[in-house]
Amino acid sequence: MISIKDLQVAVEGNLILKGVNLEVKPGEVHAIMGPNGSGKSTLANVLAGREEYEVTGGAVSFEGKDLLEMGPEDRAREGLFLAFQYPVEIPGVSNVNFMKTAVNEIREYRGLEKLDAMEFLSLVKEKMRLVEMDEKFLSRSVNEGFSGGEKKRNEIFQLAVLEPKLAIMDETDSGLDIDALRIVANGVNKLRSKERSFVVITHYQRLLNYIVPDFVHVLVNGKIVESGGKELALQLEEHGYDWIKNEQAAATL
Amino acid sequence: MSKHKKIETNDIKDWYLGRFSAFENHLNGSRDIPFHAVRKNALSTFSALGFPGRRDEEWKYTNIAPLLKHQFGLAGEVGNVTEETLRPYLFEGLENNRAVLLNGRYSEALSNYRTAARGVIVCSMKTALKQHAALVEPHLGRYARLEDEAFVALNTAFVNDGVFVYVPDDTVVEEPLHLLFLSDATAHSFFTSPRILLVAGKNSRMKIVETHNGLGDHAYFTNVVTEAVNGAGAKVDYVKLQDERPNAYHISHLQAHQERDSNFSFLNFDIGGRLVRNNLNLALKAENCEGHLIGFYIGGGRQHIDNHTAIDHAMPNCFSNELYKGILGGKASGVFNGKIFVRQDAQKTNAYQNNKALLLSDDATINSKPQLEIFADDVKCSHGATVGQLDDEALFYLQARGIPKAKAQAMLQYAFASDVFNYIPLESVREKIDQLVHERFDNI
Ligand SMILES: Nc1ncnc2c1ncn2[C@@H]1O[C@H](COP(=O)(O)OP(=O)(O)O)[C@@H](O)[C@H]1O
Ligand SMILES: [Mg+2]
Repeated sequence: MISIKDLQVAVEGNLILKGVNLEVKPGEVHAIMGPNGSGKSTLANVLAGREEYEVTGGAVSFEGKDLLEMGPEDRAREGLFLAFQYPVEIPGVSNVNFMKTAVNEIREYRGLEKLDAMEFLSLVKEKMRLVEMDEKFLSRSVNEGFSGGEKKRNEIFQLAVLEPKLAIMDETDSGLDIDALRIVANGVNKLRSKERSFVVITHYQRLLNYIVPDFVHVLVNGKIVESGGKELALQLEEHGYDWIKNEQAAATL
Repeated sequence: MSKHKKIETNDIKDWYLGRFSAFENHLNGSRDIPFHAVRKNALSTFSALGFPGRRDEEWKYTNIAPLLKHQFGLAGEVGNVTEETLRPYLFEGLENNRAVLLNGRYSEALSNYRTAARGVIVCSMKTALKQHAALVEPHLGRYARLEDEAFVALNTAFVNDGVFVYVPDDTVVEEPLHLLFLSDATAHSFFTSPRILLVAGKNSRMKIVETHNGLGDHAYFTNVVTEAVNGAGAKVDYVKLQDERPNAYHISHLQAHQERDSNFSFLNFDIGGRLVRNNLNLALKAENCEGHLIGFYIGGGRQHIDNHTAIDHAMPNCFSNELYKGILGGKASGVFNGKIFVRQDAQKTNAYQNNKALLLSDDATINSKPQLEIFADDVKCSHGATVGQLDDEALFYLQARGIPKAKAQAMLQYAFASDVFNYIPLESVREKIDQLVHERFDNI
């Protein structure tokens, strides 16, 4: 699905990712955990095509294609989706118009017929039920005045509508109360399939009780320092990131 | 240097003064009417004023030198304009509600406005001056002051045609009127001086859509003056769409006069033209009036679009609302000047002004100047002005959902402007302007 090799990324001249390696196969769910500032969002954003992030080394191939050569819209059309940590408010653009444009752009790219108004509406209503979102959000401006939890649900709603091959979720759990967390996780679990992969970025283990990953990676200071199964998340929960940092420090001594 | 400039400006002034005798010769019968004295007086006012220069405070940011380089003659007859020619400029549902002006002249053949309301007059200014003098003369030239504006004086001197709209007291006109101006510059250059006089009687209702389009690639100059008289309790919705050719100069002057309890709304969309200047003046002359000045402009290339607005609160308990938004790309420049006067008597005035500009390129510029002069103490006035760029974060968010950059930019531009479009009171007009603006987004 995606193969990240020795990816190095700088922001404003500072090296943030210092050689990240990650291989995700179809249907797999990978969790990336790590302390604040370790570079998790940087990784997510650089994969989505954000220009401020400068790739200074390494390679990323997505479904056999060179991801880093593509503009952000083509990455999305090829099937990559980023659920943003901080979804942007866009006053004046309605959610429904936004999603309709996006769906039809992606369909056109994939050689599919555009959806007409009726087809689109029934698709959208079905997906809203998945994340228990009220239909009134359709006519509202994208994320404008949404609560933190509503914004996150809107991200998962978009994920459901756009049906990507790979979904990267950047701290989708942050700012969610336990009920909202359950709704979001249920939505994601229903979207899991043999073909669709997920990279779940989170600071806390909590989300992984609901979305059970196949692999867990720990990102510290721009590098993946530990990889393992789902039990790694529990260890982190118990011992904190210091444990891994100390282990790291000991290893380099 | 400045001396040299002065002579040039005088030369072109003399050029226009020199057109007057040819103009008079074409007037035939309408030379003998009392209004001809008004024309002659306007000509001498124009002669005394001359064209404004950049030292003139009101023209500081609008350089009309490109306009003054042309020696525009009087517009000739237009050949070959048919129903088919007009089709692109029509609005759904308003196809049979039009008054058509070709090169500033009213076309009886192509105009087809009818209304079920009794006593309503929609006719050419030429006809009105002869047949409805008693209704026209108390108003024509009484509001738009020559002394203040050389272009008003120039228009008035050369007025022969235009449109007269008269709505009797207590008359509700259901059929919106489409004033369709078409300038045919395929064969040559010219200037036009159309005049619009709207007299809306007490408690009357009227909706007008005025459009300006052109044909051909020669330069031309539209110098239009509108006087809108709103009787007590009248409600008038006026939409103007300026979509002139890229080689066109468009200077317009609106003077609205409002009586007690009247509600006048003027929506102004500038999407064409090379050099555009709108002087938009509302005079709230009696208590309890409502005035709206809403506008949107979009410019690219080397377009220049200047909106000079003035709202004069003369009496108590009036409300005015002004919203102007513009999008400028390329090397385009814009000017917004918003004067609000609140006179000493105008207690309990509510006046709101907001203007926002979106600059899409480093070379695009906007000069905006709110100017509030308040002489009453119990008033609520607010104004806001912002200049910004497209939000990169929002752009990325849209792109990250598969929307190509150009389309994402267009969506954000539209989002910026959308509240202005919501003011358009006629759906088919809103849809059409929407579509035209979207086409402009794609190639700004
Ligand atoms: N746009 C940016 N400009 C400057 N520094 C940035 C930017 N984005 C991230 N950084 C820096 O990169 C580091 C990693 O940030 P981030 O990827 O957001 O971490 P995480 O998501 O793991 O908390 C931090 O030190 C942060 O300050
Ligand atoms: Mg982060």
